[in-house]
Amino acid sequence: MRVVDDITAILTGLWTTLKHILRRPVTVQYPEEKRTPSPRYRARIILTRDPDGGERCVACYLCSAACPVDCISMQAEEVEGGRRRAAWFRINFSRCIFCGLCAEACPTTAIQMTPDYEICKRDVMDLVFEKEDLLVAHGGKDARYNFYRHAGIGVTQPRGEGAEERPPVDVRGLLP
Amino acid sequence: MMPDPVEIAFVIAKIGMVLFVILTLAAYLVYAERRLLAWIQDRKGPNRVGPQGLLQPLADLVKLLTKEDVCPPAGDRWLFFLAPAMAAIPAIMTFAIVPFGAPLRLAGRDLPLQVADLNVGLLLFMALSSIAVYGVALGGWASNSKYALLGSLRGLAQLISYELSMGLSLVPAVMLARSFRLSDIVAAQAGCWFILYQPLAFVVFLVSILAECKRIPFDLPEAEGELVAGFHTEYSGMRFGLFFVGEYINIIVLGGLAATFFLGGWHGPVLPGILWFWGKALAFAFLFIWIRGTLPRLRYDQLMHFGWKVLTPLALVNILATAWWLFLTGGA
Repeated sequence: MRVVDDITAILTGLWTTLKHILRRPVTVQYPEEKRTPSPRYRARIILTRDPDGGERCVACYLCSAACPVDCISMQAEEVEGGRRRAAWFRINFSRCIFCGLCAEACPTTAIQMTPDYEICKRDVMDLVFEKEDLLVAHGGKDARYNFYRHAGIGVTQPRGEGAEERPPVDVRGLLP
Repeated sequence: MMPDPVEIAFVIAKIGMVLFVILTLAAYLVYAERRLLAWIQDRKGPNRVGPQGLLQPLADLVKLLTKEDVCPPAGDRWLFFLAPAMAAIPAIMTFAIVPFGAPLRLAGRDLPLQVADLNVGLLLFMALSSIAVYGVALGGWASNSKYALLGSLRGLAQLISYELSMGLSLVPAVMLARSFRLSDIVAAQAGCWFILYQPLAFVVFLVSILAECKRIPFDLPEAEGELVAGFHTEYSGMRFGLFFVGEYINIIVLGGLAATFFLGGWHGPVLPGILWFWGKALAFAFLFIWIRGTLPRLRYDQLMHFGWKVLTPLALVNILATAWWLFLTGGA
């Protein structure tokens, strides 16, 4: 019977909505209650440091190349001892779409996403973050990782003394 | 005959009270609807203005009154300004014939809790409900906008599909009560509510008043999403507010009338009559909001098919059956 089916369908719908009246709303009353995002949430970007306190960023431009909206810009320079770093580093958060491609591209895990999503500003120019605004005093997600201990051959340590590196083999000693 | 000044004072007091209660209720019905729809959708709804958002209607009123009142340059100014009133006033006037409580005995007089106990009360209701649609039709016409015109066309198409079945579904109630007077219809239900004799007529009437209120699933004249806002697309400020308030007053009044015709009006055990009446009327308002949160909108050919091919024949058969039953039981 089509009529019976139709009426049953309407009553089922009414019963469903009635149950939802009694259900707890999913609304988060934002300014009063704030949801804690997961640690992997992609919001404000930071520049992290080595365990030793040095800047991780080597100004390789990979993040700014990966950025689909071109909101990252920097200038590379070399400091005494041969380490590279960014002379200035700028992220325009009014353009940033928080896609996380920069963090994925970074070979030194210097640039990272944080769960801090409250970065609204009255003035759009306040959303342009300079290096000193971006740089933090900790190692972020992979706190123990030190890029130069792995790859800084001849810059921070001589050949054979890096992490997970064996001393170079004397090829002449291998001769028969 | 010199009219009794006390009588006149009573009537004026009743009119004032009814206007106050109806307008306040209509404003709070908007709030209740927003809250209930929000709960149905697992949201919270307006809860910022005052405790639990209870002052929201006041904020809405201030907003509507301070907004600019725009008339489209190509529109018909007079009709455009007149239409909202034509939609709201019949809705308020209909309440004049609704008995909303047991008659009081005050200062040695009987005081019926009803503004006007007409002997053609039911016919007046039918007449006013037809006039109310003029507001919709003229508002859409005077706007000189295609969406508004489509909305008012649909309003008229809707009127001719539900109004016949609405009238026919009330005939059995009149046959049982043997009167067009609403107080008589209520009095006839002192023992047993008409819904028990006439469940079919009640359902037909319920569907028809849903269409009369222009509410989902029959909100074709408005149909946001298809027609922007239908007949009141071009309205702003308090004129839009009048259409809106008229719609909500209509809900209360038609809920009250459904209670009067089928649910025994103010009759009910234990509690005083006035509470029973308002309880029933507001239960209908809740039902309307609940249905709005549940059902999708019909296409307007579906509504016309439903009105003409289902509701009207059903109501006619019901009248015949009622007549036979009255004849056989010697009630006639």
